Amino acid sequence: MSSIVDRPNVPESDQPGARKPISTGSEWTFDLIQQYDDEIAKCAGEFGLDTYPNQIEVISAEQMMDAYSSVGMPVGYHHWSFGKQFLNTAKGYQRGQMGLAYEIVINSNPCIAYLMEENTLPMQALVIAHACYGHNSFFKGNYLFRTWTDASAIIDYLVFARNYVAECEERHGVDAVEEILDSCHALMNYGVDRYKRPPPISAAEEARRQKEREEYQQRRINDLWRTIPRPEDDDDPVKRQRRFPEEPQENLLYFIEKNAPLLETWQREIIRIVRKLGQYFYPQRQTQVMNEGWATFWHYTLLHRMYDKGLVNDGFMLEFLQSHSAVVYQPPFNSPWYSGINPYTLGFSIFTDLRRICENPTDEDREWFPDIAGSDWLETLHFAMRNFKDESFIQQFLSPKVMRDLKLFAIENDDQEDHYMVTAIHDDPGYRPLREKLARQYNLSYREPNIQVWNVDVRGDRSLTLRHIPVDRVPLGEDTEEVVRHVHRLWGFDVHLESVDEGTVVEEYHCPPPHLDDE
Amino acid sequence: MGMTHIVDRRLNGKNKSAVNRERFLRRYRHHIKKAVAEAVHKRSITDVERGEKVSIPTRDIDEPIFHHGQGGRREVVHPGNQDFVAGDMIPKPQGGGGQGGGQGQASPDGEGMDEFAFQITQEEFLDFLFDDLELPNLARKKLKDTEAFKYVRAGFTNQGIPAKLDVVRSLRGAHARRLGLGGARKKKIKDLEKQLEALKSAPEDLDPAFSHEDQIKVLEDEIARLKANVRRIPFIDEIDLRYRQHVKQPKPATSAVMFCLMDVSGSMTQMHKDIAKRFFILLYLFLKKNYKKIDVVFIRHHTSAKEVDEEEFFYSRETGGTIVSSAIKLMHKIIESRYSPAEWNIYAAQASDGDNWNDDSPVCGKLLADSILPLVQYYAYVEITPQDHQMLWYEYEKIMERFPQSFAMQQIADPGEIYPVFRQLFERKAA
Repeated sequence: MSSIVDRPNVPESDQPGARKPISTGSEWTFDLIQQYDDEIAKCAGEFGLDTYPNQIEVISAEQMMDAYSSVGMPVGYHHWSFGKQFLNTAKGYQRGQMGLAYEIVINSNPCIAYLMEENTLPMQALVIAHACYGHNSFFKGNYLFRTWTDASAIIDYLVFARNYVAECEERHGVDAVEEILDSCHALMNYGVDRYKRPPPISAAEEARRQKEREEYQQRRINDLWRTIPRPEDDDDPVKRQRRFPEEPQENLLYFIEKNAPLLETWQREIIRIVRKLGQYFYPQRQTQVMNEGWATFWHYTLLHRMYDKGLVNDGFMLEFLQSHSAVVYQPPFNSPWYSGINPYTLGFSIFTDLRRICENPTDEDREWFPDIAGSDWLETLHFAMRNFKDESFIQQFLSPKVMRDLKLFAIENDDQEDHYMVTAIHDDPGYRPLREKLARQYNLSYREPNIQVWNVDVRGDRSLTLRHIPVDRVPLGEDTEEVVRHVHRLWGFDVHLESVDEGTVVEEYHCPPPHLDDE
Repeated sequence: MGMTHIVDRRLNGKNKSAVNRERFLRRYRHHIKKAVAEAVHKRSITDVERGEKVSIPTRDIDEPIFHHGQGGRREVVHPGNQDFVAGDMIPKPQGGGGQGGGQGQASPDGEGMDEFAFQITQEEFLDFLFDDLELPNLARKKLKDTEAFKYVRAGFTNQGIPAKLDVVRSLRGAHARRLGLGGARKKKIKDLEKQLEALKSAPEDLDPAFSHEDQIKVLEDEIARLKANVRRIPFIDEIDLRYRQHVKQPKPATSAVMFCLMDVSGSMTQMHKDIAKRFFILLYLFLKKNYKKIDVVFIRHHTSAKEVDEEEFFYSRETGGTIVSSAIKLMHKIIESRYSPAEWNIYAAQASDGDNWNDDSPVCGKLLADSILPLVQYYAYVEITPQDHQMLWYEYEKIMERFPQSFAMQQIADPGEIYPVFRQLFERKAA
């Protein structure tokens, strides 16, 4: 734990007599928002939250629906799928089935947070604490965001992407662009090198694009697609056997962008755009529990601090706590409302318990967390926030107490058995396996099928072979056929996908499908 | 602090998603067209100006991604354990592994709904309908234009846009104001100047104590002050400006009646009738934009004609032969009894598959020429058949030659061919 964290000052004026609330009504004004933000910022400072500058934008419900349907990108290129999302959101909202999110926050510098005008003042304060100080400090501090995204450049990049796509539409027609985007979206989750550090998104965009074009020109005459075999290759059976790529590639979009034989430059650029967006969202996909847990922990802590300072009154706290408990409600597995573990609940519980372990450790905590029990809670929480992703965070910090509180249990479903089996519950023998199982559940390569580029038949029919490595015999879903068609559209030649379990091919997909008389 | 910047974005555009929405509609236009066609089938012809709910199978709008399928071995952690202990076996429900999932995030959309339903607006509804009818843009615009008002002049106002400034009025106002403000002072200046003149021309008193000079100075100062005041009255001031005022007035306050005549003899299939329905809808939409009140009269006929309600008009079937003149006679009768041409603009649309008793066709021609066409604004006839024409068509062709302004006819096989029947009508109104 390296960094220095400011101590909260010794509470001043905690005597109830000194209560001087900023406001008492529930109507907000810009002036009040400003005042609340000032005070929340002071509290956040006391706890050492390090944030990007904030830009709070007050918007209407319709605008919130717009923001919603562009998956939180403040500027987006046009695509029918965002229209579908919009219709869906609007429908749910108009029927009153679903409230809109109170807030959307963008990982950018300044950090943009949207506040809905319908919110009451306590809600606005909650959202400011949650988004502008919770999420914001997470974006700025967590190693995945620091590695994968460049908050100061994202807006510029989105503007560039939007203009570029619009220009392509003008030149090549909406349909042609839509086709490419459809195919890229199908592979968006496979546009990231999970283990390699990426170049920062969009920095010195112009220069690199220039370089890219050169690269492309070069590639046109590059060895890969030379049709006349070089004599020495023919002589050397080892070289002839050599696969391309030599190592399997997990970044399908990158591989296609750089190697697909027939794509035009603008098509490669569009693949690149979708790839970059995939990269931008990659950290969010891996830190949902932590990010929401962190933001929820801080809105809870900051607003309580406001209360302690006498800046808000009991009515404010009641409304705030009502919203807070709705956010962290976890329906049990047998409830009709159950749809998996609520990331807000899990993250909030872990961070809250982490603080307890530091401040009031029990014997159990000393045994499970010898390094942490009794340590400085702020330093410990900041350390956890900075250096982990959901999987490792759960593995490291999920305590027996949280497992007991949430009454976690694991169920195994093996299609070769006719019973489900309870494999672990919240008891002594169960804590460790349960924690491992839950951590694994948040491992992206467990959540999503592991598919990599295996080989290109460089000297033959130029076909592309992808390989799927199943885990625990879990097969690919029913969309697979369709996605392979998209890969084929991008690659331009035959595409094969094979599921290979321990050396044997258990399932194959082909596009175009093999002719019947070939068999 | 001061790090936070608060922005009010509420006045920014809210239709950021409009293009994406339009892209979505464009992509699924076939589905939507089908839904619109069904809606047209179900709705009354006077009820085409509202949106419609469209459902698309979720399967068709899925965005496919690689994801896990059913099967294999999975372990999932759940909350809310009640009485399970490790090692408990729970029998799987019998009858298919469909339920077997229960696995948190296993399904990519998690929706489980097999229909994606959404609402298209009235404007979008009409657009798809017009696509079907292959309406030219000008005609579309006219029909969709919700501007049911026209602007008429309504005097003057002191607020407005520069384009509506009335120069003469404004200058007249300025002149009056200058007179009003300056008049009294000018009169006083005149008086003072007279006094000054008198003083100056009066003989100088030798005694300096009685010198006029002080008085002259006072008068001169006063005159200068008043003149400066008058000069300060602006030539034209904001309060002088007058703008021409226009107010919205509901457009034509007249009424129209629309006669729908259709052959319902055995040879008219439901498909024929659906095409005919679009033909009537188009005329109705046109009239709706031009008249405040529209009556619709439905006359169906085979060998005899009958006035019916819309439901019966489109959806009940008859068999037997065809005598077209029976409908024309009935129409004439109804006009005489209920719709005096002096008060009503009369329009008629007739749809048929061209069948008629040969003896009857000349009768139809004569009836139209003598008793109907002199009374109506427009009479449109469509023959819904891909086959050769029969007597009635040739008879009507003669009518068209005699009444090119008010009679139009067309042979059609699909809805896209309807518009030409009305072209003249639409163009005439454009002028």
